Amino acid sequence: MAEFLQFAFSGLTVGAVYALVALGFTIIYNASDVVNFAQGEFVMIGGMATVFLTALGVPIPVAVVLAILGAVGVGLLLHRLAIEPARGASSVTLIIITIGASIFLRGLAQVVFDKQFHTLAAFSGDTPIVVGGASILPQSFWVMGGAVVIVVLLWAFFNHTLIGKAVLATSANRLAAKLVGINTGMIMSLAFALSAAIGAVAGVLVTPITLTSYDVGTLLALKGFAAAMLGGMGHPLGAVVGGLVVGLLEAFGAGYLSSDYKDAIAFVVILLTLFVLPTGLFGRASVERV
Amino acid sequence: MTLKLTNLLGAAAVSVAALSLGAVTASADTIKIGTVLSATGPASFLGDPEMKTLELYVKEINAAGGVDGNEIELVAYDSGVDANQARTFATRLVEEDEVVAVVGGSTTGTTMAMIPVFEEAEIPFISLAGAVVIIDPVKKWVFKTPHTDKMACEKIFEDMQTRGISKVGMISGTGGFGKSMRDQCMAVAGNYDVEIVADETYGAKDSDMTPQLTNIKNTEGLEAVVNPGFGQGPAIVTRNYKQLGIEVPLYQSHGVASKSFIELAGDAAEGVRLPAAALLVADKLPDDDPQKSVVVGYKEKYEGATGEPVSTFGGHAYDGLMMLVEAIKRAGSADPAAIRDEIEKTSGFMGTAGVVNMSADDHLGLDLTAFRMLEVKNGDWTIAE
Repeated sequence: MAEFLQFAFSGLTVGAVYALVALGFTIIYNASDVVNFAQGEFVMIGGMATVFLTALGVPIPVAVVLAILGAVGVGLLLHRLAIEPARGASSVTLIIITIGASIFLRGLAQVVFDKQFHTLAAFSGDTPIVVGGASILPQSFWVMGGAVVIVVLLWAFFNHTLIGKAVLATSANRLAAKLVGINTGMIMSLAFALSAAIGAVAGVLVTPITLTSYDVGTLLALKGFAAAMLGGMGHPLGAVVGGLVVGLLEAFGAGYLSSDYKDAIAFVVILLTLFVLPTGLFGRASVERV
Repeated sequence: MTLKLTNLLGAAAVSVAALSLGAVTASADTIKIGTVLSATGPASFLGDPEMKTLELYVKEINAAGGVDGNEIELVAYDSGVDANQARTFATRLVEEDEVVAVVGGSTTGTTMAMIPVFEEAEIPFISLAGAVVIIDPVKKWVFKTPHTDKMACEKIFEDMQTRGISKVGMISGTGGFGKSMRDQCMAVAGNYDVEIVADETYGAKDSDMTPQLTNIKNTEGLEAVVNPGFGQGPAIVTRNYKQLGIEVPLYQSHGVASKSFIELAGDAAEGVRLPAAALLVADKLPDDDPQKSVVVGYKEKYEGATGEPVSTFGGHAYDGLMMLVEAIKRAGSADPAAIRDEIEKTSGFMGTAGVVNMSADDHLGLDLTAFRMLEVKNGDWTIAE
């Protein structure tokens, strides 16, 4: 039982990060039909920028805010300089653009930051909390709690604010949204900014546990993408459920089956979803596949 | 016809001019040494200090008049951890750059990919990677400077024997080094009455090893855990180890022998033991230790020039370059075959890894005494013996 709980904690912590990355995919996908493979780089920027700012003597809360703003800036630039000029291109072209952007950002991070691994001090200490024989780090609660807060805020934003509803309208039908006076260009910028911010927050929360380096984004983007696919591309709740499921599958797979195949699980999830459940757990039938 | 001939002559003249021009700028007596390192990517913590060390010392050797008055030119390529890329660069070093010797190969994977190229071209190659397969069986043109993974296992098990530990769990990285060291540990465990009771693995980019460690923790009779691997993986293993409250001793490999391991693992690193070269404890060596002047000298030079803490990996590059330079001096020529013969005759060379005594059937030349058993105490390395 303790063993089961331990695997579950491990899976939920990692899964919460996948969920946040998947949410980032979802928001951008909804607003612009772009699958943004540079999503993992936002996570990297959040973590690395915080590490380097604190190393410069900036207090942690300020460093976190600056790191998030930095990621938002990068997100807006990505939209303005790479996605916007290619408007009307096919989704495959757009995906290739985002993959290129991801490689570019990784290269840039090597120059701006460095090539080493870094870590941050855990927010509330390193003393593990023992629950039912399984131990969990306080930082895991920060990660899971952070994910819950973000999901609630997003839900409130989409359902109870005018701008949020404008995003939903844009994702439902861009032309119609434009006709009723919604500035869809602005909405798309907003989507990139929002998902960059979510990615950066995930990066800050998870760095004390997983460490960070210029290239952590690659694998996170893959896992987040698997989560978004499983949940149904474009569905926020699906992204969260998908993230947690992928995280749990990995942890239980490594624990009960063999740790050799841990990274293969995300691929298996992507393939199975495509074969068995092309629209994902919560997906709409009309969603376009790539 | 005459016109054609003049053209041809003209072209020939131009190319001769170009050749001599090139010869003038590169100077006829330049000795070209090649290197292919993982200066970027997941193994950059190996390749980055290696690259900096080679550049630093080549510059210094040249400033001091070169080797017998000949300048050394370092031809350097960055392969990342990509074995295919390493092989391409190796071919380029041989065919285009025409180097006389190569010091490089940060990882076992890239080294193994490059070996056939240098063997075929008959160019001496001093590898900086860990696994024993590089020099066992002995290959005519291949040498290496770091201690092998097999030696690391032997040193660890020797230490366990003196502490009365016999039931050991293993958690290994799935990269070339982790896999190779795991196999070596399995092979030599019997010699030290050590029984492997648990055997788990993790991927190079995994960020959470608690499931595997939970299985190890629940293994009956567990007395210690060994973690072969390099990069951020062992640091996360160490943190997860503390998180799960596993009480038995944790042994790391020499793959984590850099200060960044202690920084990344934080408090969890306390009490971790590992076999490593004397370089890490240069300041703590007794003054009469014959290795002290070499390791302190390298440490001060590297840290002074880069502002970064020294690691054993840069030390491997120092050893390789110095051994090569001495061999070139002894050979008195830049002929690859002559250099190879002299490298093989290296004896009593004091490097950062220990005393090197090569022979025709030992292209490593180090013995177990070159390894020190270290323990992390108060956030720093200490000598455990």
